[in-house]
Amino acid sequence: MSYHFDFLAPFDYPAVLIKGVLVTIELIAIGGVLGVAVGIFGAWARTQGPRWLRPLVSAYVELIRNTPFLIQLFFIFFGLPGIGLQIGEMEAAVLAMVINLGAYSCEIIRAGIAAVARGQVEAGLSLAMTRMQIFRHVILPPALQKIWPALSSQVVIVMLGSAVCSQIAVEELAYAANFIQGRNFRSFESYLLSTAIYLLLAIGLRQLLRLIGDRLFGRPAAKEAT
Amino acid sequence: MISFSVWDIVRNLLLALRWTVLLSLASFALGGLLGLIILFMRTSKQAWLRRLTKMYIELFQGTPLLMQLFLAFFGLALFGLEVPAWLAAALALTCWSSAYLAEIWRGCVDAVPRGQWEASSCLAMSYMQQMRHVILPQALRIAIPPTVGFSVQIVKGTAVTSIIGFVELSKAGTMITNATFQPFTVYALVALMYFALCWPLSKYSQSLERKYNAANRH
Repeated sequence: MSYHFDFLAPFDYPAVLIKGVLVTIELIAIGGVLGVAVGIFGAWARTQGPRWLRPLVSAYVELIRNTPFLIQLFFIFFGLPGIGLQIGEMEAAVLAMVINLGAYSCEIIRAGIAAVARGQVEAGLSLAMTRMQIFRHVILPPALQKIWPALSSQVVIVMLGSAVCSQIAVEELAYAANFIQGRNFRSFESYLLSTAIYLLLAIGLRQLLRLIGDRLFGRPAAKEAT
Repeated sequence: MISFSVWDIVRNLLLALRWTVLLSLASFALGGLLGLIILFMRTSKQAWLRRLTKMYIELFQGTPLLMQLFLAFFGLALFGLEVPAWLAAALALTCWSSAYLAEIWRGCVDAVPRGQWEASSCLAMSYMQQMRHVILPQALRIAIPPTVGFSVQIVKGTAVTSIIGFVELSKAGTMITNATFQPFTVYALVALMYFALCWPLSKYSQSLERKYNAANRH
């Protein structure tokens, strides 16, 4: 008995596949933007925020960074309804991604903030800027510029991690692959195709983030010259 | 209806925890071994070897671990091999972690000053001798903290193997939830157990980094 590959088989359900790709993009678009926003807030809270907030943020960061994303997702989707908080699968997936990326990016951005020279802050203070203005205009831009590559990799990692959202029936790309192989029993082919699509998405996302980085901060060399 | 005490849940989760630990250890050891081989190829003088391993690393870092697990699980079955879930899980996790470890270690090898390569080649050392006696001992020092840090990723990665049916901590959590109808308690306990495994590793990695970095502090 031998197996004949049919690499066109996964294309039997183009609508499912396209929807899967779109939902994956939607997840990372919302999760990415909100996650980085949470990360910036967390980094602010840990470095400049009120004293009582700092241990809370670091507990959040440690807790999320040391537990698997899958368990965070299950806890939100299956666990929270147990205490009366009912949310849909899409909301649960986005929430889990935001919480997860928020913790990682908080730690990354904090490292960038730590690298901003003290003199910059003092210069800001001598211009009578408020602490908030200093954070917003003096500390944050160079901090983000410095850690942008690390932050980009983390966003890509979270995008790839979103494949497990298929387990709570979010109709993203991994779900589409599951659905298709459930219909035509071409498991290897449909997983291979979806893996290839993930690879393309990862490469595309990395390029996009590099473009955004260039647009936000300019080319590093050009910036130094001015 | 049977009722379950918290102790019943904890006991059964702890029984499953050993499979998470075992799979993590196996993947780390085998992934480290494979990663070392890939590291040698990645830093070799042969351009095609470097390109090949670069592609390998891109491939495993650019695709979800879940998909790699599915491909190992269903792909090997196509060749007529009977693949149990634990084998597919160990195989996929090994390849996945080898790609990450090789890339981490390459960064450490690159961090060794170029003069070290030049000096050792002046002494007519072969590539293997250079690596063995000059480069790796120096790279090792900076490699340890990020390697320990990555072991946390491996432990968390094992959670995904529950999806192809390997019964470790996460899968046990799901099964117990289905029996007890207490998802909040069960998943909180599961998360706590992962935390108990990962947090000491994270802290250890951070303290190692502080220790080895002491020379670079002002």
